[in-house]
Amino acid sequence: MSTTVVRPPQRKRETVERAVIRFCGDSGDGMQITGNQFTNTVALYGNDLATFPDYPAEIRAPAGTIPGVSGFQVHFSSSDAYTPGDAMDVLIAMNPAALKVNLADLKPNGILIVNVDDFGETDLRKAQMTSNPLEDHTLDAYRLFSVELTKLTRAALKETGLDAKSMDRCKNFFALGMCYWLYNRSMDSTLRWIEDKFKSKPVLVQANCLAMQAGYSYCEATEAFQISYEIPPAKLAPGVYRNVSGNSALAMGFVAASQKAGIPLFLGSYPITPASDILHALSAYKNFGVITFQAEDEIAAITSAIGAAYAGALGITTTSGPGMALKTEALGLAVAVELPLVVCDVQRGGPSTGLPTKTEQADLLQALFGRNSEAPVPVLAPCTPGDCFWIALEASRIAIKYMVPVIILSDGYLANGAEPWKIPEVSELPEIPVRFETNPVDFKPYRRNPETLARPWAIPGTPGLEHRIGGIEKQDVTGNINYEPLNHERMVRLRAAKVEAIVQEVPDVVPAGDPSGDLLIVAWGSTYGPITAAMKTVRTKGHRVGHVHLRHLNPLPKNLGEVIGRYDKVLVPEMNMGQLVMLLRAKYLVDAQGYNKIQGKPFKKSEIEQKIHEMLD
Amino acid sequence: MSTATLPTPLTKKDFQTDQEIRWCPGCGDYAILSAVQSVFPELGIPKEKFVVISGIGCSSRFPYYMNTFGFHTIHGRAPAIATGLKIARPDLEVWVATGDGDSLSIGGNHTIHMLRRNVGLKVLLFNNRIYGLTKGQFSPTSELGKKTKSTPYGSTDRPFNPISLAIGAEATFVARSVDVFQQHLKDTLRRTAAHKGSAYVEILQNCNIFNDHAWESLTEKDARSENVIQLEHGKPLIYGKNHDKGIRLNGLELEVVQLGNGVSEKDLLVHDERHPRPAYAFMLAHMEQKPGFPTPIGVLRAWDNVPAYEDLISAQIHEVQEARGKGDLAKLLHAGDIWEVRP
Repeated sequence: MSTTVVRPPQRKRETVERAVIRFCGDSGDGMQITGNQFTNTVALYGNDLATFPDYPAEIRAPAGTIPGVSGFQVHFSSSDAYTPGDAMDVLIAMNPAALKVNLADLKPNGILIVNVDDFGETDLRKAQMTSNPLEDHTLDAYRLFSVELTKLTRAALKETGLDAKSMDRCKNFFALGMCYWLYNRSMDSTLRWIEDKFKSKPVLVQANCLAMQAGYSYCEATEAFQISYEIPPAKLAPGVYRNVSGNSALAMGFVAASQKAGIPLFLGSYPITPASDILHALSAYKNFGVITFQAEDEIAAITSAIGAAYAGALGITTTSGPGMALKTEALGLAVAVELPLVVCDVQRGGPSTGLPTKTEQADLLQALFGRNSEAPVPVLAPCTPGDCFWIALEASRIAIKYMVPVIILSDGYLANGAEPWKIPEVSELPEIPVRFETNPVDFKPYRRNPETLARPWAIPGTPGLEHRIGGIEKQDVTGNINYEPLNHERMVRLRAAKVEAIVQEVPDVVPAGDPSGDLLIVAWGSTYGPITAAMKTVRTKGHRVGHVHLRHLNPLPKNLGEVIGRYDKVLVPEMNMGQLVMLLRAKYLVDAQGYNKIQGKPFKKSEIEQKIHEMLD
Repeated sequence: MSTATLPTPLTKKDFQTDQEIRWCPGCGDYAILSAVQSVFPELGIPKEKFVVISGIGCSSRFPYYMNTFGFHTIHGRAPAIATGLKIARPDLEVWVATGDGDSLSIGGNHTIHMLRRNVGLKVLLFNNRIYGLTKGQFSPTSELGKKTKSTPYGSTDRPFNPISLAIGAEATFVARSVDVFQQHLKDTLRRTAAHKGSAYVEILQNCNIFNDHAWESLTEKDARSENVIQLEHGKPLIYGKNHDKGIRLNGLELEVVQLGNGVSEKDLLVHDERHPRPAYAFMLAHMEQKPGFPTPIGVLRAWDNVPAYEDLISAQIHEVQEARGKGDLAKLLHAGDIWEVRP
């Protein structure tokens, strides 16, 4: 297909630093695709960006109802975009329910594009609206564009021979075309994507392309749009970039770890939101020798990975909270038999089924302590979607070096959110040395490396190394069954000391912002974006604020206590009831304050700013 | 002159460990251990290739007494751990030791899914119809009405028939033997070892502490030949002290017939362990539940035309690598739309 020439609009064009757009509509309206396409386009243009897909747990709730609303928010910028944005400049609402759910976040005088064809009486009733907001002045504070999205799309597609229903399914591309005009963006990458996506159905290639081009032309032709915007590329560090979501970065990170270690990757997994995309991605990487095993349940998912680790593979299992609970006993086994394993928990709202598609970071204490008896496990947490790649590598490296199961705590926000990611050279990746024991002379399965306290990885098939391991307590060094009191205490202490020894892998923390002063923010996981964004603003107002973002939650960096001591106050924002803050208070006897949000949504930059001011003003 | 020397043939002793065996004196597990240690050296497989995986329970202590690689895991999960092991290392000879509680209660899910996938694992189910290690509660194979510590007024649970369950899960190899029938048990283990795919062997085993005499009607010298029928592929179903009884198919029912008086071997059902229809194996499996019928032992089913799971997985990886070439990490990282920011 020929590329589209972006014609300079005749009307006013204003250059702005950043914009936030939210596409929202019914679950079946293709809002996630629309948002992803827009994201890809602005990324290719060179903007920094952050996204927030927000979709319901139901696959297709009744059309037009509030529970069925699906949204995708993109923040793109010529400087930095640490968060998806607190409030929107542009809202595209495909129906009344989508308008109702999302309007509160639209900035005053923001652009509001609605599909007026879906604002009939029935549609309003489905959204539980008693009067039509397009007519009753509730939208007076916004720049409202009532567009006949359905009618215009059908008109554009009348030559395709598609039925009305199929034509209506292209209207998201009409809306996308409008946004491309509004932000003066090329449609090329989306045209390419459509061609590839629907290559087996040429009529759909034609229809979707036509719909998008019609949306673009509509804005150009109609007098209603008097202004379009320009957001210049951001000044990112030099390098080659791509877009990644947290889940795709984790999948690539695990493949990289397997390649660097020179051992096959085995993923045992049971589908669960929001972790399933890691399974999907890895199952497509068979050319890397990746084995993916969709197990019968969460328990088989982890135990098969333990079996594969015993065999000498890089054993990985991925899940979310409820699945993590089911894996608990097996994780204890991995602690006892001291095999390398990576358990990745993509956290979601809980307890129980909770909020399957919404984010939370309330599995920290479960990860640290959620097993019977003394079963310490190293815990790592990525702070951005791109960081997921590095955390996957680091977790795998530690697991192998220390012969220990490692937990990664990602979350729904990182999993589905995307950002530009600077692609590393393969040579920049850390080495992951693997040494299988082969020497049968005086072999002892629990004799430890004095530096790491790791036991040897003695895999089946190695002559002369036949031995038994198990969950039952074993004698130090020999690994034989042993119930003696002092031996048990020694083994408990050895397992703990081994995890503590991992501190030698953990870099000292260096606070962002002020190295000492009024306030230190200590946080972990996906709160990195809003805290970093908020820090910038508050520091310009004269407060001396530092920020430590922990990627290692067990063991904690060895200088953390000293760093905490350099500030008058400590604030710990978390999307839970205060789990890290409890640990910091216990470990460092510091009067750290929690700031807790448990709404299934990430913090807004403004919320963090406000909290900082509350503590300092 | 060649410097290569032939490996010394393995013996039973090579598979014995120095660990003190902690089963109760008189336990049927000793006989099973002895049979396995006798058969393994015959298989022509290097010792380091054997792995024995177990769950929890008396039977699951098995790996400690086998001088092979061994992994005593957690309750019910041995098939799942062994599946991961076998997929990652199809060259290993992986055996699973399990019990009626471990395999059919807490591990029931893993058992059926291992069988339907046809993972190349040899599973020895030690069925003593009781929980031994927790000291005497009823198990999923205990008979209805059984009085145990946890069922003082009798069990209200209908039991599983392990053979029937395995057949229902589309197992490709299902067999039954008895701890004290050493010769039969060894023969069955040899057949088990030769099978590609999941092999499920129920071994009727006596717990002399908590469920003594559970299989007495089958094992007692006088009763044995009247109550047990030994299945052999291609041979008519004959049993009885004088080899004078047989099993005949009458419509969709089996019936016991007395040979003679016009009834000859030709009239009897001829055992076909490769019979493609499940109904056949089910009929045999359920025979013992009818009064007057013997309990079948031997190989009930042996399908040799179903690919092993680990082979399918290896073949798929191989096919993708042939078609797409081996993965290139740099290409993976640069996949999709990329852009360059220049200094």
